[in-house]
This record gives sequence, C-alpha cells and structure tokens, in this order.
Amino acid sequence: MTSGTESVVSLEHARKSFGDTPVLRDISLSVAPGEVVAVIGPSGGGKSTLLRCLTLLERLDDGSLSYGGLNVASGGSYGEKNVLAQARQRFGLVFQNYNLFPHFSVLRNVMDAPVVVQGRPRDEAEAEARALLAKMGLAGSEDKVPCQLSGGQQQRASIARALALHPKIVYFDEPTSALDPELTAEVLRVIKGLAAERMTMVIVTHEMGFAREVADRVVFMDGGVIVEEGPAEQVMEHPREERTRAFLRQREA
Amino acid sequence: MDTLTMTGMLGEGFLVSLQIFLLTLVGSLPLGMLVAFARMSSFRPLALLARLYISLMRGTPLMLQMFAIYFVPYYVFGIGLTTDSKWQATIVAFIVNYAAYFAEIYRSGIQSIPRGQHEAAEVLGYSRTQTFCRIVLPQVVKRIMPSMTNEVITLVKDTSLAFSIGVIEMFTVAKQLVASQVSMLPFAIAAAFYWVFNLLIDFVAGRIERKLGYYHD
Repeated sequence: MTSGTESVVSLEHARKSFGDTPVLRDISLSVAPGEVVAVIGPSGGGKSTLLRCLTLLERLDDGSLSYGGLNVASGGSYGEKNVLAQARQRFGLVFQNYNLFPHFSVLRNVMDAPVVVQGRPRDEAEAEARALLAKMGLAGSEDKVPCQLSGGQQQRASIARALALHPKIVYFDEPTSALDPELTAEVLRVIKGLAAERMTMVIVTHEMGFAREVADRVVFMDGGVIVEEGPAEQVMEHPREERTRAFLRQREA
Repeated sequence: MDTLTMTGMLGEGFLVSLQIFLLTLVGSLPLGMLVAFARMSSFRPLALLARLYISLMRGTPLMLQMFAIYFVPYYVFGIGLTTDSKWQATIVAFIVNYAAYFAEIYRSGIQSIPRGQHEAAEVLGYSRTQTFCRIVLPQVVKRIMPSMTNEVITLVKDTSLAFSIGVIEMFTVAKQLVASQVSMLPFAIAAAFYWVFNLLIDFVAGRIERKLGYYHD
C-alpha cells in the first residue's frame, strides 16, 4: 500500500448501497504512479461499482476520494462542479462494451474530446489521435465509423480515446468480456504494452492469466469488501483466504 | 371554367396551405423540444404539466383547438375578432398541437440512446450541453426520421382543417369550386396537389435518411 500523498488515486472507507443492498462496504484502495492493479472476483462482488465510484459515475454514500492532491469527496460529500470536472481530467475509463460514438469517425472519436473539452488546437489533437490509433494498430481505420470495426478494434479505438486526454490513470471495466478469444488477445496485448510504458491502470477482469501476468497487485473483491490483496503472484498462487482459493479453483475448472 | 383556371385558383390556395405548413414547422419543431425536455424533467410539477399539455393536445380534435384559441380572446378578454385573428388562431393552434406530437417523438428518440453514450461523454469531460448537442442529438435525428416524416406528411393534409375556421386555403377553394362548378374535378386536383407535395417530402426525407445511413449502431 502506498500513502495518500504520492498516490494517483486514493479511496478511503468507501461505502455504497443501492437501496437496502450494500455494494461497497468499507473499501480502501490507493494506486501508486506506474502501478497496475487487477481487480478480480465473482460477479456482483462490487468490482464494477468500485470503478463507477472511482470514475464519478456513481456517488459514494460515505468515504473519501482524492486524485493526487485534489479532494473529490470526503465523508460522502462531494466537491464543487469544477472540482469534479478537474478530477475527470485525471482519469480515463475503458468500458466493457466500448461505448464509442457511432456517428463519429474513429479519428473523431479520439480527437473530439481533446479539442472540445480540453480546448487543444485541432491540428495537434488530430496528429496525436492519428499517432495513438497507429499505436493501437488502427492505422488506416481513421475514417471508418465504429460499426465497420471488429469488437477488438473498437475496444482498441476506445483505449486510444481514453489516452488522448492524457489521463494520469486509466480504468478498464472488463475490457475483453464482450470479445472472442482471438480478439481478446489483441486487446490484452495493447494493455500489456501500456503496462510496459508504466501507465497507471486499474483493470477489472475475468482473465486470470492476464491479471497474473500484467498486474503488480491483485485485489480480490467479494461481497462488497476487499477480501485479499497483494502482489499478483502471492494472491494468485498462494492465496491466504479460503474465499480467494475457492474463487480461483472455480475459475480454473 | 376550364381546368387550367381551376388549377390556378387551387394553386393560389395551396400557397396559403404551404404557409400554414411552414409556419407550423418553424414554431412546433423547437417548441416540441422544449415540451420534450419538460416532459423528461426530474422536477415533477413541470413533467406533470407537460404530460397534461400533451394529453390535451393529442386527446382533443385540432379543429376544436383552433376554435378554442380563436374564441378565447373574445370571451375571456373581450378582444374583438378580426380576419387576422382567424389566421393567427389557426397558426397558433397548429403549432401547439404539433409540438405535442413532436415532443413525444423527440422523447422516444432521446430515451432510446443507450446510457453508455451519456456515461462515455461524462467521463470524457463533455458538459451536459455538449453531450446533448454533439453526441445525443445527431443520433436522435437518425432514429426519429421515419416518425418525423410520418408526422410531417400528416401535417400537409391537416392544413385542410383550417377550412373549418374560414381560412381560405386550398381545401376551402376546392369546396367552393365544387359547389359553383357542380364538378368533383377540383377535389381531384386538390388531392393531386397534396399527393405530389407529399411525394416531394418523401423524397427529401429519403435523401436525409440515406445521408444518415453512413453508420448504424
């Protein structure tokens, strides 16, 4: 664990319920610069809600959240609109089902927010978008629309879209769950490339082998709590908790 | 009277019909958007008011609405009725009536846009206005085109209702000619005007739909 001051994101004692159902029960998590954290666990364990709270798509009932020195929420009460807007500039999110804008070309999907939201010069944003798409193996697809791409290509385009805003941290919400095995491989390869560049990432995933390989730290969540966390090898090879062991056994079977 | 003269007179009447048509669109297309937003508002009194408005506009005849709007200023405020007020009442009635239908079409389109689109835009930092104008609205336009075409075609034919209040548009002219010439031909010519104009609308709508067909979701 890293201390609050040097971490990219820090979540403390987070609680969240939907109606009477608690989904996050006292979750604390912070991520250091360059660290790759994989979040694993059974469905309904709170993984997605955790990401949605970190990305401000959901609000915590209680607990605090900060990005670098920026306090987003404390004691469950959130900062002003402009604070939240500043926080949004510090993270990117890659969705399970991409959520590309279907009416924009692939290029425009990547360069629109840098121009419109960040006010960057169009030429510069376009040049960078093209470079990012090339890096994602999508050179030549700039002028296509998302529906002309395979799922794997769409997901890589959505990763480019997230990176174009220069986030300090990128969240992935089961980025390969909607993909065939072969398309999964190309997306995982891209994420591994980012890890090699020391991009700070939190990845919710069902790909155990990938989590083991790419993550510095693995967090196992179940029932709205972090059951176990630690270095990837330790959690996945020598889990201390019975629930983690049961989950991993079931995954292998 | 020969056919050409009748066609000329009907053509002049059609220009009036066309005015009703265009003024109605200019007023009701934006007003419908306001009503749709009110209807979807999380402020309940506003949403309920919009529902009541839509319910009244859709649930009562346009003809009665024209009469109501025409006579209310006289009976309630004692304002004298003129030929101009007939025209004004007609246009206002058409606008408020069609705004209700357009509002529901807009709402269906807006609510059909997946949540994920809003969430992606929010995380990328788009403001609510930017999200609506850049992300949501263009997709809504594509989705509602068939329903809008339907409604616009109905409007072309509904302009003939202005006849009932005494606005001299094409249908009024046709009825007068049928009576004076003891011939059904003016009706047939009027029908041809409506039909040909609607063919034109159909054509334009088809072009727009093809243009928006560059993507699907």
